[in-house]
Amino acid sequence: MQCDVCQQKEATVFLTQIVGGKMQKVNLCEACSKDKGVNDPTGFALADLLLGMGAAQEIEKNPAAQRCPVCGFTQADFKKTGRLGCSTCYEVFADGLEGMIRNMHKGPEHVGKAPVAYLRSRQIDQKIKTLQSSLQEAVAAEQYEKAADLRDQIRRIEAGLEA
Amino acid sequence: MKLTEIIENSGEWLKGDGPHRNIVVSSRVRLARNLRSKPFPGWAKKAERIEVLKIVKSAVEQLPEMEDAYTENLEALSPLEKQVLVERHLISREHAAKGVGSGVVMNVNQSLSFMINEEDHLRMQAICCGLQLGKVFAMINQADSELEPMLDFAFHPQLGYLTACPSNVGTGMRASAMLHLPGLVMSDQMNKIINSVNKIGLAVRGLHGEGTEAMGNLFQVSNQTTLGEAEEEIISRLNDVIEKIIEHECNARQLLLQKKPVTLLDQIGRAYGVLSYAHSISSKEALNLLSVIKLGTDLNLFPDENRILVDELFIETQPAHLQKGAHVQKMSADERDTLRASLIRAKLQVVPKPDIAKIATQPLGTTENDE
Ligand SMILES: [Zn+2]
Ligand SMILES: [Zn+2]
Repeated sequence: MQCDVCQQKEATVFLTQIVGGKMQKVNLCEACSKDKGVNDPTGFALADLLLGMGAAQEIEKNPAAQRCPVCGFTQADFKKTGRLGCSTCYEVFADGLEGMIRNMHKGPEHVGKAPVAYLRSRQIDQKIKTLQSSLQEAVAAEQYEKAADLRDQIRRIEAGLEA
Repeated sequence: MKLTEIIENSGEWLKGDGPHRNIVVSSRVRLARNLRSKPFPGWAKKAERIEVLKIVKSAVEQLPEMEDAYTENLEALSPLEKQVLVERHLISREHAAKGVGSGVVMNVNQSLSFMINEEDHLRMQAICCGLQLGKVFAMINQADSELEPMLDFAFHPQLGYLTACPSNVGTGMRASAMLHLPGLVMSDQMNKIINSVNKIGLAVRGLHGEGTEAMGNLFQVSNQTTLGEAEEEIISRLNDVIEKIIEHECNARQLLLQKKPVTLLDQIGRAYGVLSYAHSISSKEALNLLSVIKLGTDLNLFPDENRILVDELFIETQPAHLQKGAHVQKMSADERDTLRASLIRAKLQVVPKPDIAKIATQPLGTTENDE
């Protein structure tokens, strides 16, 4: 059996992994397995390898000429490396990445830790949304005094004066 | 702090104590983080990598737990020094291949280490002795929270922490434990274990070996997925599986003692004989025989006070450690084999020959199960 990476040497290392319910098999020669860090106990390498190789087709949902405005990365670069260029690439190539990420992982959405600053800004956004709908209701009910109060409160929050 | 201080002292994960210490060599949690809108290390230009290194390194150095840390740019390290850090599990093989624009920061007792500009801008790990995944996660989680106000980490509402490779998005976390499983290997049960663990989205891999053939009977169990499950869930699932594996290992040892005591004692006696009298020994042979001595220690055939000495030999007999100890930059494999044998002979002098009368009927200290 041929090595999946160099397509030249005889494969001697056979890996099977079940990821997201899908069985993935990779056959490697000794040199490539060393090169890819398959034996490295640090834990990241194998998943990366498996993903990097299956990834090429899936990102092609995005037009070939598409380029990340921040880092200049294209999908051809992804095909070569199996890695993205910067965090903005996740927005740029979102369509193509979606299915691939779903196949790789346990679920499509993050449920763990989040930065405190992110949580705080999300909380504020939600509060503003609630106030805005109250404001609309107040206007519709012609409660102009209440509406003015709500508008002031929204402005204060947006100006960062109130949390 | 200097590198020599790191090299001269083995890490706390090796010397310390922890639950299931006999079977679980170490527990480790690693987190991957990146700065928003800065190109990932593999795509960044040299100047951009240097800039990120400066930002991240200075933030890491400000952590209270990293006071007095060892901190270095990778181009300042020789290939041999990098290899020593790899053998210590302080940096990855990939990181050792890096130069200008990458760096490393680690604390004195080597429980925390930070790789800057490996595949991600920051990969940080906590490592501890025995089965203590919750504790190591708490350690690295705290470091992450302390870094948060200083570094603008790339975070996405649906995908969580963003990483260079989509396989690490979400928590960006790999939790793992290194297990010593001679009983399961000797009774041919390792393939079964690997298959069943793989089926539930976790991975088992041999340490310094290929496929299922693990040198020194050391295996690493880790999570494979990082998105869709909270950190605590991943760790608790992993912990449950490891406890099951420990149970299987204990049963396998018990069965070997009952069904094949002669084979077992023969292997332990031979391992002691070869290691005590060999004048040339390969890394592979040394690891495999040290594993048998370690098993012998678990079975009370060797005094428990020699446990750390044996565990340290697993690291000290690795190629870069041997060369560093001998202050030689380049050494042939034959020269290393000779040096390895003489180091082991010298160290084993204080370990008395296996005492068959003391053999444990319960292969694992029952006191440990109380925790
Ligand atoms: Zn190959
Ligand atoms: Zn980009």
